[in-house]
Amino acid sequence: MARIIVVTSGKGGVGKTTTSAAIAMGLAKKGHKTAVIDFDVGLRNLDLIMGCERRVVYDFVNVINGEATLRQALIKDKRCNQLFILPASQTRDKDALTQEGVGKILEELSKEFKYIVCDSPAGIERGANLAMYFADDAFVVTNPEVSSVRDSDRMLGILASKSRRAEQGEEAIKEYLLLSRYSPERVKLGEMLSVEDVQDILSLHLLGVIPESKSVLNASNSGIPVILDEESNAGQSYSDIVARYLGEDVPHRFIDEEKKGLFGKLFGRK
Amino acid sequence: MSTDTEAPIYTKSALEFKSSSFSSPVLVIHTTELKQITHQLKEKIAQAPEFFKNSPVLIDLQHCNDDEHPIDLGQLITTLHAEKLFPIGISSANEDQKLIAIKYHIPVHTIRGTHSDISTTKSVSTQNKPQEGTEKTKDGTINAIENMLISHPVRSGQRIYAKGDLTILSHVSAGAEVMAEGNIHVYGALRGRALAGVQGNPESRIFCSALQAELVSIAGHYKTSEDLDKLEQHQPTQISLQDQALIINNL
Ligand SMILES: Nc1ncnc2c1ncn2[C@@H]1O[C@H](COP(=O)(O)OP(=O)(O)OP(=O)(O)O)[C@@H](O)[C@H]1O
Ligand SMILES: [Mg+2]
Repeated sequence: MARIIVVTSGKGGVGKTTTSAAIAMGLAKKGHKTAVIDFDVGLRNLDLIMGCERRVVYDFVNVINGEATLRQALIKDKRCNQLFILPASQTRDKDALTQEGVGKILEELSKEFKYIVCDSPAGIERGANLAMYFADDAFVVTNPEVSSVRDSDRMLGILASKSRRAEQGEEAIKEYLLLSRYSPERVKLGEMLSVEDVQDILSLHLLGVIPESKSVLNASNSGIPVILDEESNAGQSYSDIVARYLGEDVPHRFIDEEKKGLFGKLFGRK
Repeated sequence: MSTDTEAPIYTKSALEFKSSSFSSPVLVIHTTELKQITHQLKEKIAQAPEFFKNSPVLIDLQHCNDDEHPIDLGQLITTLHAEKLFPIGISSANEDQKLIAIKYHIPVHTIRGTHSDISTTKSVSTQNKPQEGTEKTKDGTINAIENMLISHPVRSGQRIYAKGDLTILSHVSAGAEVMAEGNIHVYGALRGRALAGVQGNPESRIFCSALQAELVSIAGHYKTSEDLDKLEQHQPTQISLQDQALIINNL
């Protein structure tokens, strides 16, 4: 049986797609057969960040409508043979997704895959609800600012009451906090909430802190999940997150201001 | 789920009459001066717009009908509608007012004597026959089924209602609402709304580890975050009702 992970947030633009691409690649690189699904019907973003946009023939909605088989629609990643991408449709609207259709696809994928990563659209509407409905684990991506934290809290409420697990009275979805675009310097200046502030509001298990990093934009511009940029601190933090999720004991990093050595000062790598 | 009230209920037969109770704010009118009423109503609503938006209200006329000139009920109803409040009942109306109420499709309640199915949050319900809550405390036994224990944080957008005491082992987020007919205990920060004694029990209290609430209410007497800001407490706090006023003190 597969483990279904939803990457969700409530608020838009906080790093869900970046995170979905990174952790799906991370899990696959660890040898687990992984599928990553774009639930953002109408926008289509994941395939760009995964660098497979020119290989899209069929999409999620085609499969739901029976116009293509899963096998036809899944795109195999060129860098890692354990990773498959199910792209969203750009030409349909959000109503094309149905709970029944999504359920069927996830069930079929579950037979073959170890992990299924669902990249949720922003908001708390249909698309986001369907992305989280069947989840076993929720990665709640939050930026260190009040509105993002609030929306995450709202999303957590929905996870606890409107998911399949909640409706059927099963064990609750496991919720993890991923604090993204974190900048210790700005926390120090009082411009951002600290890890403690966010934890105080959300009381959630912290899976990792992803630092604000230029490497994220560079990576997505070139269609490479940032986790593959092993030099970048964002890439490293996603590697830590995957390892922690898989049960490894990895100390947290990127929470405190980096003490730059002579080398760092000279070359100022970020 | 008990934490969500939006789940649709499907039954085999198309409809069914059930006896149930719900709570609604009671608007006690103290004057027949409509201008004054309108002005103060606007002020109150501005303090907690979300709380009042499209809210049902029960109009209680017992304190304004002693005057020789009874209040113009038609005008009052129009005023309430303009403020997006929906009167769902009237109590202590005189015969003329009763006719007007019926004309506006608003049920007429006789609070004394017959018992209505509507239990209310404010002073009116204290005149009702003893509430379940008070009966329970009288003989000193606590019915475990009526009390509710929540061991996870109550998140923004969630609402919880307990028929007895409500104990929350975590925090209550901003944007969340917890209600109990008895006491409310929050073993974390109270950042949302907490309404204790919602069936009118003035003896009920609210306890929390830190008070940063948006609204607290006991038996319908409430304070909003505007009043509470000055009183924000970062230590264990108790809220009780004394002489119709909320008393907030450290534990
Ligand atoms: N750690 C980071 N450091 C710097 N920029 C980041 C980081 N994470 C994400 N970004 C940038 O933030 C923007 C939004 O990221 P992304 O598309 O992953 O968010 P999203 O939550 O999926 O957005 P949407 O809600 O629109 O789907 C992108 O431009 C991305 O490059
Ligand atoms: Mg996205």
